[in-house]
Amino acid sequence: MPESSLKSRPSHNPQRGDIFFASLFLLATLLLLSQIGTETSWVKGTKFFAQPRFWPAVGLIGMTVFASLYFVRSVLSKRAENEVKEVILWLKSLEYTLWFMAYVVIVPILGYLISTLVFVYALSLRTGYRERSILLMSGVTAVAIVVIFKGFLSVKIPGGQLYEIFPGAIRNFMILYL
Amino acid sequence: MELLLSSIELLVRWDVILALLVGSIGGVIIGAIPGVGPAVAIAILLPATFAMEPIVGLTMLLGIYGSSMYGGAIPAILMNTPGTAVNALTTYDGHPIAAKGNPQRALSLAYSASFFGGIFSIICLIFLSQLLAVVAPHFGSREIFLAALLGIVLVVLAHRGQVLAAGMLACLGIFINTVGLEPVRYTRRFTFDQTWLASGIDLIVVVLGLFALSQAFLLLVQADERPKPVEVGGRLFDGLKEVLGFKRVATVSSSFGVMMGMIPGVGEFTAQFFSYTYAQRTSKEPEKFGKGAPEGLIASEAANNAVPGAAMIPLLALGIPGEALTAMMLSVFYVHNVIPGPQLFANQMDFVLALYFALFILNVIVLLFLVFSTRGLLHVVRIPTRFLGIIILTLGFVGVYSLRNSMTDCAIAAGFGIFGLILKRLNLPVVPIVLGMVLGGIMEIKLRSAMARVKTPLDFVDRPIAAIIFGLIVLIIALHIRTYIKSRKQSDN
Repeated sequence: MPESSLKSRPSHNPQRGDIFFASLFLLATLLLLSQIGTETSWVKGTKFFAQPRFWPAVGLIGMTVFASLYFVRSVLSKRAENEVKEVILWLKSLEYTLWFMAYVVIVPILGYLISTLVFVYALSLRTGYRERSILLMSGVTAVAIVVIFKGFLSVKIPGGQLYEIFPGAIRNFMILYL
Repeated sequence: MELLLSSIELLVRWDVILALLVGSIGGVIIGAIPGVGPAVAIAILLPATFAMEPIVGLTMLLGIYGSSMYGGAIPAILMNTPGTAVNALTTYDGHPIAAKGNPQRALSLAYSASFFGGIFSIICLIFLSQLLAVVAPHFGSREIFLAALLGIVLVVLAHRGQVLAAGMLACLGIFINTVGLEPVRYTRRFTFDQTWLASGIDLIVVVLGLFALSQAFLLLVQADERPKPVEVGGRLFDGLKEVLGFKRVATVSSSFGVMMGMIPGVGEFTAQFFSYTYAQRTSKEPEKFGKGAPEGLIASEAANNAVPGAAMIPLLALGIPGEALTAMMLSVFYVHNVIPGPQLFANQMDFVLALYFALFILNVIVLLFLVFSTRGLLHVVRIPTRFLGIIILTLGFVGVYSLRNSMTDCAIAAGFGIFGLILKRLNLPVVPIVLGMVLGGIMEIKLRSAMARVKTPLDFVDRPIAAIIFGLIVLIIALHIRTYIKSRKQSDN
């Protein structure tokens, strides 16, 4: 539950980027609703409530009704300043999405341990950390995460292609635990 | 007696004890770090618990859930920054007490009130379990459908001032759950001829994106913050005695926690709101509230710590999660083919009791841990926020990738991460999406099986429990509309 539920807020208090979000959400909802005929099927001889189309329709109609009202209220509310600045901040997160996806791509190649060390250390540098203590903490954290999750909790993360260069026993150990 | 011994036997195993220790102590640490919270931790750990037995996995998750609010009180009191969102009210009176030079008193009061709330809720639940065992078998498909619908209605209406946003996000959750193959006829729904969409969008991927990755992105795009060190001296034992001096406030607040925890979609915030208002109205010194009133701190902490135990009731008795954390726990049941609901109470009461005992033990472990380790925990609280973002992002990878080693899952989670970041920046709720997904799935299955035996719409509510739940839904909506009209009139005047 949000903190705002602690207090009633009868009048809409617009946040920066509210109108942009409301427009985009309503547009996406209407686009999806327009596709309901082709993206779901209507089976003859099946009851209305058991139709494959019934629940997507419930979700989309609900989204349309609420999103339309939300949009109208956002438009009628007092405009917040620096809308564009807020949207730019949202777009900034795309950089970290790319970092995350790059990490996903390198794990099967370099292996979990090396990839995690590289990822945490490089991202620490990217985010502006230069102190020796933080960089040391990066390394320790990366190793600890790998040891706890792969070594102790045995989560399913495959060994890297790089592990193939190691001799038999070491390779097996690394595939299993690192 | 046999039931009691059987439930204790389930708990006295090294793996369960270890899970309980890791969950409860880990939960305190996670709760103490502002910006992490139990939802992020449970989302990350969820796939790892699938390999464990249900009692082990659930004990660990329950440990995190039940203990994180204890830890969340530390930064709320010392730094005026709640460790978890539900500790926000703790800052009102906890921080002023600390600022007046009594941080140990504020912490001690918070720990003791939390302990009181936790233990009170468990005692209530042990007694209520007997009643539930009798009532739960009367819940058929239509009652469970209506209870899930009630959950959706409550989760939307509980977001006061944000009902439209909560409604559209809950409907988004219902829609997301329908993507993929339809469960009976296997026709495709909104797959756009993409094979990766045919198997649907996994709840855990969405949860990890919305809770963990969004939080990581948020911390990374915002300016770095480094909380300043705070010193705490003195004894942390004395709070329990002081809490007992306010036992009326503690008991009523814990009762609110139990009641609100049991109602799907309501939870800690409403419980805190009611108990804080009650404590202030009945106090001899109401003017001190918000400036360091011990009753305010006790009301807040006792209420929110009584919720986790009570929130397990709709989950265990009906298979209906009341909020995001229990929704995540539901997937642990499903993975192990243990179906929570009336049959669980009828056939595996020892399992249910074992979970309550686990809750009791974790409260004791956490209290002892905090009394002796608070000073050490203050170092953890001081982790720079961007570095915390890096750690959450790294842990988020484990959660998503270990599910089925799918790059597509990671991309979907990253997408939901960005969506979650936008929602958080706009101060819009994330929980309705998760509950929409879970409750939407339950409603689809239960409505289909219920309608097979229903000829007219009135047949749907011709059983007493169905009629009561339906009446409640109508009443709640009517009350909400009345309150809305009233508040509009007041603001117009």
